Amino acid sequence: MVEIFGIPSYALFGQLLIGLINGSFYALLSLGLAVIFGMLNIINFTHGAQYMMGAFAAYLMLQYLGVDYWIALVVVPILIGATGILIERLFLQHIRKLDHLYGLILTFGLALIIEGLFRNQFGSSGKPYQIPALLQGGRNLGFMFLPNYRAWVIAFSLVVCFATWFAIERTRLGSYLRAATENPALVRAFGINVPRMVTLTYGFGVGLAALAGVMAAPIYNVSPQMGSDLIIVVFAVVVIGGMGSILGAIVTGFALGVIEGLTKVFFPEASSTVIFVIMAIVLLIRPAGLFGRTV
Amino acid sequence: MRLAGSLAFALTVLLGTAAQAQSPINVKIGVLSDMSSLYADISGPGSITAAKMAVQDFNPAAHNMKVDIVSADHQNKPDVGSSIARQWFDVDHVDAIVDVPTSSVALAVSDVTREKNKVFLISGAASSDLTGPKCSPNSVHWTYDTWMLANGTGKALVKTGGDTWFFVTADYAFGHALERDTAAVVTANGGKVLGHVLVPLNNADFSSFLLQAQQSHAKIIGLANAGGDTDNAIKQGAEFGITAGGQHFAGLLVFISDVEALGLKTAQGLVLTSTWYWDMNDTNRAWTKRWQAERPGKFPSMVVAGVYSSILHYLKAVAAVGSAADGKAVVDKMKQMPTDDPLFGKGQVRVDGTVTHPAYLFEVKSPAESKYPGDDFKLRSTIPADEAFRPLKDDNCPLVSAAK
Repeated sequence: MVEIFGIPSYALFGQLLIGLINGSFYALLSLGLAVIFGMLNIINFTHGAQYMMGAFAAYLMLQYLGVDYWIALVVVPILIGATGILIERLFLQHIRKLDHLYGLILTFGLALIIEGLFRNQFGSSGKPYQIPALLQGGRNLGFMFLPNYRAWVIAFSLVVCFATWFAIERTRLGSYLRAATENPALVRAFGINVPRMVTLTYGFGVGLAALAGVMAAPIYNVSPQMGSDLIIVVFAVVVIGGMGSILGAIVTGFALGVIEGLTKVFFPEASSTVIFVIMAIVLLIRPAGLFGRTV
Repeated sequence: MRLAGSLAFALTVLLGTAAQAQSPINVKIGVLSDMSSLYADISGPGSITAAKMAVQDFNPAAHNMKVDIVSADHQNKPDVGSSIARQWFDVDHVDAIVDVPTSSVALAVSDVTREKNKVFLISGAASSDLTGPKCSPNSVHWTYDTWMLANGTGKALVKTGGDTWFFVTADYAFGHALERDTAAVVTANGGKVLGHVLVPLNNADFSSFLLQAQQSHAKIIGLANAGGDTDNAIKQGAEFGITAGGQHFAGLLVFISDVEALGLKTAQGLVLTSTWYWDMNDTNRAWTKRWQAERPGKFPSMVVAGVYSSILHYLKAVAAVGSAADGKAVVDKMKQMPTDDPLFGKGQVRVDGTVTHPAYLFEVKSPAESKYPGDDFKLRSTIPADEAFRPLKDDNCPLVSAAK
């Protein structure tokens, strides 16, 4: 049997694949953050809470309305995205012109309030959510047992990531959006409703978080603090990728998932810190992040 | 009229001084717990409710005592926990700290309590070191510890054929102690430990670790963790076909809130050790009903029950001593008096601070067996009080050798 650093090669392949799967969650979440930061210049600390709301919405719809996973996958992002639009209209639009710090504190405060409300209502230990019948079970790949649901997660998030990247970087709508970030006054002069576009973009970013939440519900414990555990890591991913860079968020998300996965094999005790070590190194060498443009 | 008025005034003043002459014994109890994170459903706000019930049932007025309860969130951080403890003892005149889940925090609080000569009533923390090498004359460990869990679940599984083990361990004081104690039980009963992996606390994804456990081909995967970590590991284990592949989980510390979070469909068949279950008898059910008045829809864990019983016994000891000022004297009194309360029955506080009472081996019911909400466990066997906890001779507790 071939061994790499004392670990059998088949074990290593399994860990690489698992890293990619976790990376797809990082990619989906950091993608939403990057879209919101790139287009609105808001550091959205509510993102973790919105991811949690997505998972809870899926649970509640199944529990009380009998709505299954597949419908939740479509309905929940729209629903939670709508709450995002409400937040943008009520709060965020008023602080657009102020320093980043105001947005950060506002969204952080909102996250604490939302989490507190959910904890008060549902307790901290979480709620059960089953894997949809169609995706139960798995297949033996020889080097590992791959659950069907994980395969679905990786494929679906790749599609979502690519579609988002394409929409923003390669379509006419995306070019309006990017132009509006650079020079809103000029874009308005062409007759485009910039504030509405900004609102919808925030809603879209929040929808992405909720989508990740629905996808996480069958495999992670659906609990009020599930977002706050993850959000710090995701912020590190965004910083490493370069704030506001769509491609950076996606590539770094997947890459860091793999690095974290490998750390779990070679030195598991450090698996919760490795991403921050990388962040520190990247910030020293390339302060704008790997894919960021220096301003 | 005027005379009557002055008479009434004089009488009030007289009565007032009379009452002052017999000023009540003031006791302040601090519930220090995880109020907002992964252990909040095991103890947290539920422990405060239980503490209030204990004070109510003790009836302080009848003993010429006045008991206040304060509470705080230690956020599972030892530094936060010990600074709250210091503030409570030095500034707020707290006499006893109760509960404290998360063993690393409990060990820190135990040191502070000893230094200030106050009382520490441990219910939420599990590390058996608290009554072992790190035992203190100011601590009483009420509900459960890692040795008891290991002895209950570990022994039962090895005896029914689970003789090879791989540990998935939470990387802090509690996880280390639980793994160490369980590994000792496994080897002592003829089993073998094939490996382990240390996982940072509050980890969301266990798939890497589960894959390592799978590749070890151990028959039993011992989960030396608690709360959300245990839930995530079991949930993902089902997904990765751990049980379908012939391996079994041993949840070394599983609470009723974990079973509720997993759902019976995922958790069924899991074997666990507990010292208290709400649906065991009529007394427990009646107590739970009272507790639920403040915590509707939730079920009390053994930790919450332990908070209730330890406070009850502590207040009895304070009444007997006549003051709460000298922590060590109160704990000595607690050790002299046999314990007797509605939830844990009769028992004793040993010289090392361990409270002995029976422990129960439960199995999680299947969805078909469960008849009503919270109907989650069936009893497999009872471990008598003298077998459930670590024998004094194996303690390595300095208090034990000093007592000889």
